[in-house]
Amino acid sequence: MISRRDFLLFSSCVLASSQAAAQLPPNIAALRQAALEEAIRKVVGDAQVRPGKVKLDLPPLIDNGNTVPLSVTVDSPMTEADHVKAIHIFTEKNPQPFVISAHLGPRSGRARISTRARIADTGKVIAIAQLSDGSYWSDTVSVVVTLSACLEDGLI
Amino acid sequence: MRFFLAAFAFLLLTAEIPLAERRSGYEFMGRETRAMQDDDTTNPALLWVLDGEALFKTNCSGCHADMKGVAARYPKAGVSLDQQINACRTGRQKAAPFAYESRELLGLTAYIGRQSRGMPIEMEWNEANRPFLERGRAAFNRRQGQLNLACAQCHDDNWGKQLSGSVIPQAHPTGYPIYRLEWQGMGSLQRRFRNCLIGVRAEPYAYGAPEYVELEMFLMWRARGMKLETPAVRP
Amino acid sequence: MARVVVNVPASAKRGEVIEIRTLAGHVMETGFRRTERGVLIPRDIITRFVCTYNGVEIFSAELHPAMAANPLISFTTVATESGALEFRWTGDNGYAVTESAKISVA
Repeated sequence: MISRRDFLLFSSCVLASSQAAAQLPPNIAALRQAALEEAIRKVVGDAQVRPGKVKLDLPPLIDNGNTVPLSVTVDSPMTEADHVKAIHIFTEKNPQPFVISAHLGPRSGRARISTRARIADTGKVIAIAQLSDGSYWSDTVSVVVTLSACLEDGLI
Repeated sequence: MRFFLAAFAFLLLTAEIPLAERRSGYEFMGRETRAMQDDDTTNPALLWVLDGEALFKTNCSGCHADMKGVAARYPKAGVSLDQQINACRTGRQKAAPFAYESRELLGLTAYIGRQSRGMPIEMEWNEANRPFLERGRAAFNRRQGQLNLACAQCHDDNWGKQLSGSVIPQAHPTGYPIYRLEWQGMGSLQRRFRNCLIGVRAEPYAYGAPEYVELEMFLMWRARGMKLETPAVRP
Repeated sequence: MARVVVNVPASAKRGEVIEIRTLAGHVMETGFRRTERGVLIPRDIITRFVCTYNGVEIFSAELHPAMAANPLISFTTVATESGALEFRWTGDNGYAVTESAKISVA
């Protein structure tokens, strides 16, 4: 339980910083969508990203958004002439859109990575593969994120 | 009066989950979360198990060869495994006890628990355990907190249904200490109890309170015969 | 206790594609969370992971706050020759951890 002293301290801090970034802007969804598009553009440039070749595997209903196991597999022979150079993963609703950028090559043998991400809210997760011929391919999965029932931070 | 007592006792028993219908929290998780637990090489709890192994080899292996079967038999007569470890530390080793939820204590209990993985939980309703089990059972069935909910109402009567998007498990402590995705780390059963108490808006007991050990004993008795999964992964 | 765990098969056939699993114990503090009093908790994450095979880089990754705590990174490589795989994690606040594993390739 919060003591009276702590509560007074807290509320005075909130008043003092009420103009600070503690408040989320009302157009958060639009801002995050814009951030996602810019992040993808930063990675991909002007090139067209086509759906296909990439398989993003993650549960459609997520037990807990803090740790979401996922894997990305790209259909590629992984030869010197034809291989995956990089796999980038993005999310739609996180405070910032990047998850991981993995750099592969012909020595990888297979184009497959597995990891665990944080996904803040129900929305899309996007995997983009950059091939050695300069083309970009993607897969998008929509996921539902649920909240845990019994938490430690009582006031939230 | 006798009839009333008998009927009440019968009601208590019927509210309990029949032994054959008991399922571990493992079965209420998604496929990917289960895979996290099953694969020893990628279970995040492995980081703590390795810490525990190192600590055990330095501090405990002087007296203890291995701990196979130990975790499946704790708590014993009101003493939890955490407390037994600290009793050894302070009593025999004349060392400072490990704090609850410290990396050391979680590592050791994860390592010791791991050695009982796959073994059936043992908890007898005998004379030594009875006072603790009775208090634990009473706590399990008692309404508490601002939400005025008893553990039994969710975990006996409504398991399998959903609470706030999560499936309600039966609350068997088959895998503690667990790597809880919500905590993004390892934690003990006490920590999980505190989450539940806060969940029903009750004031949680302090770490190390006898109420936690009594409840743990009752839950282990309720889960008797089920296989230990330590260290488990849970949402 | 800084800890990482790597899982590399001890031996493989030449040309075989092997799976390497790595786990790093790290809180991966996002930099977006606040304390009860509203104070921003500063970012503290692993930012880069590199794996070399007998000195040649075979895999690398940039990590961002959206990576889960205690990050797992699993990838594959072709078993070309016997030798050592070196793994290096670097991140905020001077975090730098290395680990290595041997492989014998027949």
